[in-house]
Amino acid sequence: MHISKSVNQYQSRTQQKRALAEPAWVRNLLILITLAFLTLFLFLPLAAVFSEALRKGWQVYISAIVNEDALSAMKLTFIAAAIAVPLNLVFGVAAAWAITKFNFTGKSILITLIDLPFAVSPVIAGLIYVLMFGLQGWFGEWLLDHDIKIIFAIPGIVLATIFVTFPFVARELIPLMQAQGKEEEEAGLVLGASGWQIFWRITLPNIKWGLLYGVILTNARAMGEFGAVSVVSGHIRGLTNTMPLHVEILYNEYNYAAAFAVASVLALLALLTLVFKTLIEWQTARANQSAQIQE
Amino acid sequence: MDWQQFWHTVTTPRVVASYRLTFGAALIGAIINAGFGLLTAWVLTRYQFPGKRLIDALVDLPFALPTAVAGIALTAIYSTNGWVGSLLAPYGIKVAFTPLGVVVALTFIGLPFVVRTVQPVLEDLEQEVEEAAASLGASRWQTFRKIISPAIFPALLTGFSLAFARAIGEYGSVIFIAGNMPMKSEITPLLIITKLEQFDYAGATAIAVVMLVISFVLLLTINLLQWWANQRNKNGA
Repeated sequence: MHISKSVNQYQSRTQQKRALAEPAWVRNLLILITLAFLTLFLFLPLAAVFSEALRKGWQVYISAIVNEDALSAMKLTFIAAAIAVPLNLVFGVAAAWAITKFNFTGKSILITLIDLPFAVSPVIAGLIYVLMFGLQGWFGEWLLDHDIKIIFAIPGIVLATIFVTFPFVARELIPLMQAQGKEEEEAGLVLGASGWQIFWRITLPNIKWGLLYGVILTNARAMGEFGAVSVVSGHIRGLTNTMPLHVEILYNEYNYAAAFAVASVLALLALLTLVFKTLIEWQTARANQSAQIQE
Repeated sequence: MDWQQFWHTVTTPRVVASYRLTFGAALIGAIINAGFGLLTAWVLTRYQFPGKRLIDALVDLPFALPTAVAGIALTAIYSTNGWVGSLLAPYGIKVAFTPLGVVVALTFIGLPFVVRTVQPVLEDLEQEVEEAAASLGASRWQTFRKIISPAIFPALLTGFSLAFARAIGEYGSVIFIAGNMPMKSEITPLLIITKLEQFDYAGATAIAVVMLVISFVLLLTINLLQWWANQRNKNGA
């Protein structure tokens, strides 16, 4: 009696398992296909960057990176990111704050406008700046009279970088702040906190991980942008060349080892971005779990 | 530029060939990503295997890796003396410097979109519904087709359209692997840049306008499809 009961239980459990999970061979096949696909499209390209960079040895690798043009390209890339990231951080927080905590007319237009840089080709984004600030552009003559250079100069590169990285912080924060609601801020208000106090003590601690996530994505895109920057830069060596543009120039000169060496620095930055991103995801998952336990 | 000049600029055979390549390759890339992205999301949420967390983190690589780096890396692998290209060459398949190379690059840059939109939906799917289907005698395939796929379809469509939109505008990764032969493997964004380099600002703008209009219409269609899918899903439930 006892035995037959447990056999029955066992049978029903395996039946349930069969109905809720795929047979082992299907599972393994699906995993294999996925791994093959990801190997062809992700892992091999990543490995190729480093293998090609070191093909001619460390000496060539180091000299390709510690070289005047490469260093000035790195400097310009960092300058562009150092301006674009803080600006988009402030803008993104302000936009997400306005959109999620207040009601106003034109809100949906604002949301659409924030997404615009995602929808427009980077090349067209660059073109827009050329049409505005280029020599034949709307402000071209005025800029020429006042001796201000934007296109084929650093300001153009910074502007293009700001444009393409515009949505990341706001896009990350809007769903987060929407989910959090505004009860905590209202409670702070009722208890007599000022606007700044509410922001620094309530809102900012609540959104800090999402904000960091957005900043990391912004930074990665700012340092890696190619299309938009390529249109406005003019590719002047040592002056208006960012790291991705420097990679292109070296590559087009058939200097593959050097091109891949500079590319490997960018690939390392990308991997670092992924590490930070994963750490933040684990952190937020843990925070969510402990919040659920407290509830 | 008057209307006639505009029309002439945007309908020359070389430009039309570039539209066909840009939108065609973007569509194929997005379809590949819809299939394999769904599979990847499924495998990552449902199965356990060694290295899973690492792979999950690496899926976002195309978002983080500069497109120029991706472009030269893909070219190195898929050219006839590269790791993959040399395996395909004996069969007469050339990837780099052909339209196929454009598809490869656009598949790479669109890869995370479908995975990252479908994955959370699969994670949130309630086990109880699948259990109910199973206890009512549905086979696993029936459960997938009738229960799981309607639930993930809107997310799949969103991921598809994001990958498609991104691929249409892509420039950096494509120009290295495409070979950029006029009429054959030249994408529209490159034509815009070529016109700009010749200081033909009006011509560049004209092509850009056509590109914007076509992508706008396509995205509008996809949004309508999505609205319709959501509507049908709601009525079904």
